[in-house]
Order: sequence, then structure tokens, then C-alpha cells
Amino acid sequence: MTGLQQYDLVILGAGPAGMASAKEASEAGLNTLILDEQPRAGGQIYRNIGRPILQNRSILGEDYYVGESLLAGLAQASLTHISNATVWEVTGDNTLCFSAEGMSRQVGFKKLLLATGAQERPVPFPGWTLPGVMTCGAAQILLKSSGLTPVEPLVIAGSGPLLLLIACQLIRAGVRVEGIVETTPTANYGRALKEIGGAIKGWRHLLKGMRMLNEIRRSGVKFYKCATELRAEPGSDGNLASVSFRKGSTLHQLECQTLLVHQGVIPNTQLGRAIGLEHQWDEVQQCWKPTLLENGCSSHPDIFIAGDSAGIGGAIVAEIQGRTVTNEIVQQLGLKGKKDSEIDSLRKELADQLAIRPFLDYLYRPLDMFLRPQGETIVCRCEEVSATEIRGLVKQGCVGPNQTKAFCRSGMGPCQGRQCGSTVTALLADELGSNPSDVGYYNIRFPIKPVTLGELASLSQPAQDGTVK
Amino acid sequence: MAADFSFNRLPCNERAEVEITIEGHKVIALEGETVAAAVMHSGLRPTRTTAVSGTGRAPYCMMGVCFECLMNIDGKPNTQACMTEVSEGMVITVQQGAREIGGDRL
Ligand SMILES: Cc1cc2nc3c(=O)[nH]c(=O)nc-3n(C[C@H](O)[C@H](O)[C@H](O)COP(=O)(O)OP(=O)(O)OC[C@H]3O[C@@H](n4cnc5c(N)ncnc54)[C@H](O)[C@@H]3O)c2cc1C
Ligand code: FES
Repeated sequence: MTGLQQYDLVILGAGPAGMASAKEASEAGLNTLILDEQPRAGGQIYRNIGRPILQNRSILGEDYYVGESLLAGLAQASLTHISNATVWEVTGDNTLCFSAEGMSRQVGFKKLLLATGAQERPVPFPGWTLPGVMTCGAAQILLKSSGLTPVEPLVIAGSGPLLLLIACQLIRAGVRVEGIVETTPTANYGRALKEIGGAIKGWRHLLKGMRMLNEIRRSGVKFYKCATELRAEPGSDGNLASVSFRKGSTLHQLECQTLLVHQGVIPNTQLGRAIGLEHQWDEVQQCWKPTLLENGCSSHPDIFIAGDSAGIGGAIVAEIQGRTVTNEIVQQLGLKGKKDSEIDSLRKELADQLAIRPFLDYLYRPLDMFLRPQGETIVCRCEEVSATEIRGLVKQGCVGPNQTKAFCRSGMGPCQGRQCGSTVTALLADELGSNPSDVGYYNIRFPIKPVTLGELASLSQPAQDGTVK
Repeated sequence: MAADFSFNRLPCNERAEVEITIEGHKVIALEGETVAAAVMHSGLRPTRTTAVSGTGRAPYCMMGVCFECLMNIDGKPNTQACMTEVSEGMVITVQQGAREIGGDRL
């Protein structure tokens, strides 16, 4: 294609993986473009780090402000950085389209790095669609970007390290938490203990977890362990009014106007799916992830993946992968990369950082009710399709997720399956008596984000100065 | 607008104020924040109704993946409020029903 602005490397996502990659790429002399749909670089963990909003820095804690140095690295890098840029299409012949400020642009690349991060695992349970129920991550985004805390009374329910972190951040912010309803299944503890070797290697993470639990304990917030049967109930106005759950033989009910839920994070695979990259089911993490070579290359020779979109590893892993994968790209483009000894020590650091993952993955495997919901629980939020309906489709001859679209419109709404895809796969596998790898996933089509006709029309007009803005 | 669902603003670093209109009420938002954040600070709940059953919904993920925050922003229906920054004079209303994304969207 002639006339298109060409880059050696286009990086999608300016989180820790993308920012670290950008620095490496610019130091190696690659002509690089980095795009992110957010107004400012930082990604999820360091969201809004360029303009921290909270006066009290102790609320988010030092792990947040660590992001300032990555951001400084990005600012010094010589490359093109476009914010508010949503990538909605990538073609097989190495071009991609993105919208920014109401206009669409198409650019070409030699290599593409997907560093699009994670999303929180969809948590279907009765009442999860009620206004007032939102994810822990959503509450954290409001805190980091707007300095807002949820309307009280507030209950936090779910499982995972991020839940503990966000609970601590809200408590430090002075929010009164009625209760933390921890749903980590009892059986997980025994299974996780088998992975204690890795956990000891990753003792720093373990220590952080214990500190958070201590902080919660000291705050006096009620902590309900091993809770099951989570259910959110509406009031007469249709908004959230209370949450109920079982702990042992007792049924509890707490009044609340906000319920924050969380069951870990899963790779954001939307773009890779639409491109048609190969993916595989991870039985331990109960999610899909892209199939990658050790060097970070996907099933397309010019498309690489790093950070949480490659498989959940957290921020430090994302940063290291951003560097190692970019080094591989630099070498494939015929330039001089890092010394072998440097790469070796990065690889070792990566292995050390990943050592605790099996322990965490087994410990925080979600309760079955969230992975394989039953009854009237809504699975597809957009089209309001229940678990019973999806399960019933198998009796009507439905054997795969793409057929459910035709049967009941699940996955056809605006979120394109981001909230129901993994659940639909799990339910069909359950009913068919097979496993998720065999059942497969929705076919995702471009555009992966809504594009206006105006934005599309702008594609055919060359930019005024012949370059992208 | 029921103010009882209003998210509380902690002491913040200096930001310019932006006046916007939410469901006919003038409110002050902070420059650089999203429409969804401003709407939650204003206490509006629900922020849309569904196409299928007409039940209420409100922002759920705040990061662009659930599409629960669709609102009518400056006359553009079904716009993701969590992915749109506020600007002076913006007019925001609850999104009723409609299934398609955006007026002229694909
Ligand atoms: C809501 C949320 C909150 C989290 N908070 C924390 C925390 O406080 N502490 C912690 O240790 N971990 C947190 N995590 C885990 C987090 O995923 C990792 O720690 C870390 O942010 C991963 O870095 P990354 O570079 O892989 O991806 P991310 O940091 O997620 O960055 C990915 C970037 O890609 C952009 N992007 C995605 N799709 C597109 C597209 N189509 N077009 C353009 N841009 C796109 C996004 O806007 C984002 O900025 C959080 C995760 C989530 C989902
Ligand atoms: S709140 Fe989920 S997309 Fe906006």
C-alpha cells in the first residue's frame, strides 16, 4: 500500500509493557509509534500517573507512584505517541486503523506489539447487572482518575490480590466498608499449598499480601471468609439495595448502595482474536490466552505480545517482557540488540517474578458459581441472556459459541462478548461434557470498537500534511 | 436527580472546573475526567435502560469493556461515557433502550 505512513514498530497500549517497549525501541533507533485509547499513558496500574489527582499520596501507595519513572522514560523516548487513539482494525498485510479525535487513520508497520493488558474476569452472579454493582477495578479507576470514592454503605465481594489492594486503598481513603465478602473456596488453600515452593521464591509478593490482610484486620472491617451463594438484591427503585451470601450454615444480608466485585483479571484478547491469532485455554487460570513462542511472537510472524495480554503476570512482569520482546524485534529488524548477558539477567528476573504465579492461580481460582453459573443468572449482559437459556441451547443442537449468537443473540451486543465469551464457552463445555479448548470461542470481527461513518470516511482522505497527526 | 447515589470527591490536586449538564441539571466536573465519573459524582443512577427489558443499568467496568455506560452525549446516542472526557457545556442524558451503538455507528 503506497502513501501510508510506515513504522518499524507500532506498540498498542501504553501500560508498563508498552512504555518499557517504547523506551527500548527508541534507544535501538526504531521508527516507533505508540497508541493508547486512554488520554494519558500509564495503563491500568499506573492510570493517570502523569497527573496524579489525589493530594494524599498514601492512599494509592508507593507501588502506584513507581510508574512515574516509566512515564519519564516514555517522555524522553524519540517516537510518536498518540493518546485517545482506539485501534479498531489490524490487517494481515501489516497495516492498522485507529480513531483519534473523531478521525480515523491507517498506518503500516513492520512489527506490531500488542500490549493491551488485562480486563477483570466477568463475574456473573444473581444481581450483577443492578445499578450500584461495579467492579473493584472500576472503583480504583474512579479513585486514580477523579479522586472519587463509592457511595456508602459499601460492600466488597470476591477474591484475589487486587481485591485486597483496592480494599486497602479505599479504607485508607476513609471509606467505611460494611464488609469484605471473600469467596476464595476453602479447597483452594490445600491445592495452593502444593505450590508453596514458588510462593517462597516470590516471598516479596507474599509479604505484600500478608501486609494487606493485616491492614484490613487492623481497620476493623468485617471480613467474611469462604463465602458462597453471593446475590445482589434490588430495592423498589430497581437499584442495588443489599447483598446476601452464605458463610457456613448462616445466611447473611448486608444493606449497601455500592457492591464492588472482583474475581481476578484475564488477558485482553479481543484484538488478537479479531486478527485471527491462535489462542489456547489455560485450565489453571480458567481463561484464554494467545499461543506464543518463547520470544513473544504470536502465530503471525510480525505480531508480538507482551504484558498481561500475553498471560497474567502483573506489572513488573509486563515491564520486563516489554523489554525482552522489543529486544527480539530489534534483532529481527537487523539492528543490534542488547548483550546476551543483559538478556539473560532479564530472563532470570522474569522467572523470579513469575515463580509465585502457580500459587496465586490455584489459591484464587474462582468459585464454580462464577465460572459456571446456573439458573436465571444473566450471562450476556448486553442481550440479557440467562445461564439456563445458554445451557438449554445444547439440547436444541447448539455445539459452539458462534451458534449461540444465532440462537439467542448472546455475544451480539455492543461489548462483542467481552463480558460473556468465557462464560458461554464454559457453559457449553459443561453441558456437552467436553472441555473449553474443544468448544472454542466466539469469532470476533473488526471493527472491535464502534466506529462512526464520519470516522470511516476520514480514512479515505489523506492527512493534510501527509502524516498522521 | 437523586443525589443520594453521589460518589464522594476526596481532596484533589488543582484542576480546572468544567460546567456540564446532566439530565437537565448543571453540575461541575473536573477537567480531564470522564463523563462516567462526572455522572457518578452527580449521583445519577441508572444511567441507561436496556433495549431488551428496559431495566436500569449503570457503569460497571470504567475501562471500556462492558458498554454499560452508554449515554447520550451532546446528541450522540449510545456513547461510552467512561471513554469520553468532559468538556465545557457538554449535555448528557440517560440512554433509553436503543440497541445499536451510536446514531450513525457501525
Ligand atoms: C482495572 C484494573 C486495575 C488494575 N490495577 C492494578 C493495580 O493497582 N496494581 C497492580 O499491581 N495491578 C493492577 N492491575 C493488573 C494490571 O493488569 C497489571 O498490573 C499491569 O497494568 C499490566 O500492564 P500491561 O502493560 O500489560 O497492561 P495495561 O497496564 O493494562 O495497559 C494496556 C493499555 O492498552 C490500552 N489498550 C487496550 N486496548 C486498546 C486498543 N484496542 N486500542 C488502543 N489502546 C488499547 C489500554 O488503554 C491500556 O492503557 C489492574 C488491572 C485492571 C484490569
Ligand atoms: S463502564 Fe464499562 S464500558 Fe464504560
